[in-house]
Amino acid sequence: MKKLKVGLFSFTSDEGCSMIFLELMNDHFFEWEKLIDFKYFKLLKSKSELKDLDIAFVEGAISTFKEEKKLKEIRKKSKKLVAIGSCAVNGSPSNQRNFFSEDTRNEIKIILDKFGHRDKVSALNEIVKVDGYVPGCPMNENKFLEVLNKYLKEFRVV
Amino acid sequence: MHKDFEISIDTLSKIEGHASLDVKVRKGKVEDVKLKISENKRFYTQAIRGKQFTTVPQLVSRICGTCSIAHLTCCTEAVEKALGIEPSKQTILLRKLMMYGMMIRDHAMHLYLFCLPDVFGKDSVLDFDERQHELVHHAFEVKKAGNDLSKLIGGRAIHPPYAQIGQFLHLPDKNETKKVIDELKKVRSYIFELVKIFYDCQFSFRKRTRFVALTTPDFSFLEGRIKSSQGFTILEKYYWEHLHRVIVPYSQAAGYEFEGKDFMVGALARMNLNREKLHKETKKDLPKYLRMFPSENIYHNNLAQAIEIMHCIDHSIEILENTDFKKEPKIEVKIKEGRGVGVIEAPRGTLYYAISLDKDGKILYGNLVIPTAQNQIKMENDIRTLVSRNLDKDKQFIQYEIEKLIRAYDPCMTCATHFLKVNWI
Repeated sequence: MKKLKVGLFSFTSDEGCSMIFLELMNDHFFEWEKLIDFKYFKLLKSKSELKDLDIAFVEGAISTFKEEKKLKEIRKKSKKLVAIGSCAVNGSPSNQRNFFSEDTRNEIKIILDKFGHRDKVSALNEIVKVDGYVPGCPMNENKFLEVLNKYLKEFRVV
Repeated sequence: MHKDFEISIDTLSKIEGHASLDVKVRKGKVEDVKLKISENKRFYTQAIRGKQFTTVPQLVSRICGTCSIAHLTCCTEAVEKALGIEPSKQTILLRKLMMYGMMIRDHAMHLYLFCLPDVFGKDSVLDFDERQHELVHHAFEVKKAGNDLSKLIGGRAIHPPYAQIGQFLHLPDKNETKKVIDELKKVRSYIFELVKIFYDCQFSFRKRTRFVALTTPDFSFLEGRIKSSQGFTILEKYYWEHLHRVIVPYSQAAGYEFEGKDFMVGALARMNLNREKLHKETKKDLPKYLRMFPSENIYHNNLAQAIEIMHCIDHSIEILENTDFKKEPKIEVKIKEGRGVGVIEAPRGTLYYAISLDKDGKILYGNLVIPTAQNQIKMENDIRTLVSRNLDKDKQFIQYEIEKLIRAYDPCMTCATHFLKVNWI
């Protein structure tokens, strides 16, 4: 039977949306097990593979050049990319350094330079094309289910 | 056998957040171990400066998805102390319940979803076979019970909106309370099996270890004295004076020493230092397992977590069955200049917040010390010992043992900034 090939990715954030996803599994694990092939999910498995994904669910904002590169790679290897949670959707609250005063910026500059941070923290759609959005901090559970169910139909899994 | 070799783990899996590890062995000696927390800084310490005190607990809740309730509660306590607010007995009970909900959910996630695959020699809970499927049912039911308890009290399990400075905005609904009690009673029966699995598990890593924990009179994670296995007893507000911040140049988070030495916080520390305060039902039902403590086997951190789930269930049932929650008058807050310290036990160990307010109630500075940062130096030293003890084994074996050991610590890199990559260089 055909399964939806899904990846879950986490960038700069508190991973609260991953946690919500694990909480949704409380009620949906045994249903999803039949419908979804989790190809990439570091929180649950070591052998994760970024290849030919139907949907990439991406949490977090983009703070470093390394993250930017990885996000572009995810985009290339996924048919659909969905931003989950406020950080991915609009950058906040992980983007709070964008709004710091000059003094505070100077204070943190040394860390930013050392660990390869970009000038600003960006929402996903400032860098790549985003096909779907699940807003909220943490993400809205019902909206997530709505988006997932839409793609399960669109990819003819159900 | 391997005189010269390197191990690099680029992204450790089944932990909270991102980290990597570099190990370098030369001429049969471990030359270098670098545990790099690669979680990106989000600069909360800077971001809270100048913000009005009322908004800050809900903001710092966003430091960590899984233990947001711990950050929220600890910061709330620090703000209350700075302003001289004394929450009512009922508010304290509600806080205990909300914390118990988080502990049940968070420990269940770690034990069932992150650790059980190691015990069964599988990569993931997604690969469990029919025989293990029952445990997957247990996993999600236990997690759900914790989740529902936090929801009942805080309105949401992650970033709960009802929990405010000095009070709760909403009291638990009576019918929902009954449902949650039933759920807790049902999942309680599953915990016996979980405790037994981690008791029977033969994983072992033993080393002389200094333990530190906030010891509370009812094992409720909220208020008490900080104790160490060397015999220190410290008031919450003086904890910082016993810590030594160590800059780890290759990591995005700082590490800490206690009295100049590496140490461990978390469930194992709590069980070693305070197990006699566990709930009477827990003590009555798990005596065989409690006799394993005190223990210096790091893997017993998992056994300790399983026992803590039972305690959280037992104490929650007792509170919910015996308390009639009533609407209380609104807390009057008088804004003034001040400094307050909050210390609680988060799932992964002692959490410290110091908050300083100006005369208008704006944050002058905030300082926080999270559990994983306190464990970081010890984790690194333990990995060094682990590799030295296994130099005759092959690299793959050593790498897996390292990952397992790190997982036993249950680190949270999101908190420490956020997980692990090993790069053998």
